[in-house]
Amino acid sequence: MSAGIVVSRVTTEMRRSRAVTISGGILIAIAVFAIIGPFISPHSYLTTDFDGRLAEPTLESFHLFGTDDLGRDLFVRTLLGGQVTLLVAIVASVVSLVIGVAYGAVAGYVGGRIDALMMRAVDALYALPFIFLVILLMVAFERNFLLIFVAIGAINWLDMARIVRGQTISLKQREFVDAAKLIGVPSWRIIFRHITPNLLGVVIVYITLTIPQAILVESFLSFLGLGIQEPQTSLGALVNGGVSQMEQAPWMLLIPAGLLAVILLCFNFLGDGLRDVFDPRQESR
Amino acid sequence: MSLLKVSGLNINYPGSPPVINRLSFTIEKGEAVGLVGESGSGKTQTALAIMGLLPRNACAAGEVVFDGVNILGAPECTLNQYRTRRMSIVFQDPMSALNPYVRIGDQLKRILIEHELVGEDEVESRSLEMLQLVGLPDVERQYRSYPHQLSGGMRQRVMIAAALIGRPELLIADEPTTALDVTVQAQILGLLRQLRDTLDTALLLITHDLGVVAGNCERMLVLKDGELVESAPTRQIFTSPAHPDTKAMVTAAKRSDLLPCALKRSADERPTLEIDSLAVSYAVPGERRSRRKLDAVRQLSMTVAPGETVAVVGESGSGKTSLARAIVGLIPAQAGSMVLLGKPLKGLVESRSNASRRDLQMVFQDPVGSLNPAMRIEDIIIEPLTVHEPDRIKVNKKERVAAMLQRVGLSEALSRRYPHELSGGQAQRVAIARALVLKPKILICDEAVAALDGSVREDILELLRTEQQQSGLSLIFITHDLATVRQISHRVLVMYLGRVCELSDTESLFMRPKHPYTKALLDAMPIADPDIGIVVLSELGEAPSMMRPPAGCVFHPRCTYSVSRCGEVVPELQDFEMTSVACHRAAELDL
Repeated sequence: MSAGIVVSRVTTEMRRSRAVTISGGILIAIAVFAIIGPFISPHSYLTTDFDGRLAEPTLESFHLFGTDDLGRDLFVRTLLGGQVTLLVAIVASVVSLVIGVAYGAVAGYVGGRIDALMMRAVDALYALPFIFLVILLMVAFERNFLLIFVAIGAINWLDMARIVRGQTISLKQREFVDAAKLIGVPSWRIIFRHITPNLLGVVIVYITLTIPQAILVESFLSFLGLGIQEPQTSLGALVNGGVSQMEQAPWMLLIPAGLLAVILLCFNFLGDGLRDVFDPRQESR
Repeated sequence: MSLLKVSGLNINYPGSPPVINRLSFTIEKGEAVGLVGESGSGKTQTALAIMGLLPRNACAAGEVVFDGVNILGAPECTLNQYRTRRMSIVFQDPMSALNPYVRIGDQLKRILIEHELVGEDEVESRSLEMLQLVGLPDVERQYRSYPHQLSGGMRQRVMIAAALIGRPELLIADEPTTALDVTVQAQILGLLRQLRDTLDTALLLITHDLGVVAGNCERMLVLKDGELVESAPTRQIFTSPAHPDTKAMVTAAKRSDLLPCALKRSADERPTLEIDSLAVSYAVPGERRSRRKLDAVRQLSMTVAPGETVAVVGESGSGKTSLARAIVGLIPAQAGSMVLLGKPLKGLVESRSNASRRDLQMVFQDPVGSLNPAMRIEDIIIEPLTVHEPDRIKVNKKERVAAMLQRVGLSEALSRRYPHELSGGQAQRVAIARALVLKPKILICDEAVAALDGSVREDILELLRTEQQQSGLSLIFITHDLATVRQISHRVLVMYLGRVCELSDTESLFMRPKHPYTKALLDAMPIADPDIGIVVLSELGEAPSMMRPPAGCVFHPRCTYSVSRCGEVVPELQDFEMTSVACHRAAELDL
């Protein structure tokens, strides 16, 4: 690689990472605000006010985003919904990170029959229609806050395991893995010390791309009324509530939907930006 | 007037130091000029600038005057008047230069049609004629083959045919033989010389190997860091190089006469490693039902004494890397036995004892690829100790890293770096340090210097020699390069298609080769001396596929001395005075 290409790559990366910086900054700002916001507001997410139902957004009584059909402050509820949505994002990424990376790396490194067995298990799980499964679970058990996270995590780690397995197979043929074997490094240590750190780029990128998917599943479940239960809320549930009041109180739909869209877009930009930074094939440009 | 006159050529890329700095030279009609330099000296950039193929972000200034016209920075349509018709280029890797989806014949036809070189009715006959000219066997069939069906040498012949099809006045050959085996390299170089005589084409031969230039070029240009340090007739450069950098290159190239100090061998000493009739084979993918196997190593026996270096030499596909990987246990051996320091060595490396792993270490070909990109140098060097003696290492990690770095000639300042921040030579030193930290009894080097430049290669070999003298280390040195063998080994094992041809003392191997294949390898070796030049080995042909090795002696189809028995009976290894040879006619032949 000639020096000129290096320079051009650095500049394009800086331009790209501007997208990473901006979208990352917005996401952090939203997260901080969603956590602090409810403490600042004089209203609680629970208090109903039958005289002030469907109030328009106003500064006067500090109903910044107006109120909903039960007279609850929408500002606080939207931030609460944002909290839940971001929590979903974190849980989804942690589950797919821990289970997916460990499962994929072990399957890919060990190879042979164990690999085939582990990957057929993944295939079998893929074959299950997950949304229906979740709906069934929701109906069978108590509608449970935890259950949603479990369901979403269960979908997400499958893709991660496949991707990590593929990367591991190509990494284990590299000479530094052979060198580690000759030194006598035990297999578990090769997986976690030599293979996994080199998967980092792919894993980070893939997580930022699967998070929006998890958020959408949660929103979808909440929209169907199967997700987060009142008086707790999520952005999906708020959009669901907003749809029924669309004509009288459009802000009930527009504000949470807008925030959801911003969060999703930011994660997508972040993922694209990170992929470009980590992808070595970008060098040839 | 000169055919090509480059004057004041500057090439730089935005934001970095210039790649080529005020380069000026000329090439006369029909002249052969060698452009020599280490990697990164700007040889290929020069070639690309002449052809007008520089990447878009390159800034080139100066003049490239071809037959009186400056073509540097000329528009594509003007350049296309020159390319193929008046000048052509052959690249290093023939596989990536040929379109894998187009038949050989069609690739040549396209060039003819694109440049309207001949009438439509002549296209076919002209393509065939060119392929015949470059010595492609069985032209009619190869004409309809795809590039992947041809061997590396045949592909390079096709590339040369494609480059010469427009009868250009100048041919630029950019490392045309670097990707090829030595015997094939000798044939391609012979072909280039022969074609130059018949077509009267001027040649700019770009290479890092002085041996390639020695017998082929009248004049030499030596590049160093983008600057022309010397330009003189080839003989003068070899006999009295003026510039210190040229001097260093020439001495490095001629150093092939240096022998390691003689080995004091006591008769009763137990060998470090004994290998008896080892066999390695792979299942051929996609043919599970027929259970076909590829025999990479067959019936191989050898011993390595303490403090001895045994070189394993062979071309690609000879099974030398499979041998190395089987010894260290990265791949399973199907038959035979190995004994390391009196204890049997069995199974894959994971199942071996810690002691045997400590005693047997390996250095790989790709210096950077054999270091984990996510680990710091200090952690890489110390990792063997953290595995084998975790309690002791916590105390004095820093000192031990520093001591190891110093031992392999690296500065302590490197310890916090990552592998990609090192040069190839530095990375190989780190790999050697990692292998030596366990104090092994035997070190296997698999093409350990093949990826390195001349002077760096010398330094690494010197380091290995010093280590050997100080600690009595045994070395198995796997290489395709006979010049390296001569510098480092006490004994040499020559392999061909998985079988041993000859096992001999280094000196007697070079002076009196007993096996025809050894002789061919020695003849093909480019010698950095313009008076010796290169022997043309056109009758030798290329190695058959390992998938279908010939019956009898595996070398007989390429052997000039073969008799009917060679195609029927596999020759046994016979012992002679200083050497063991697997050849039916070893006793009678005088090579």
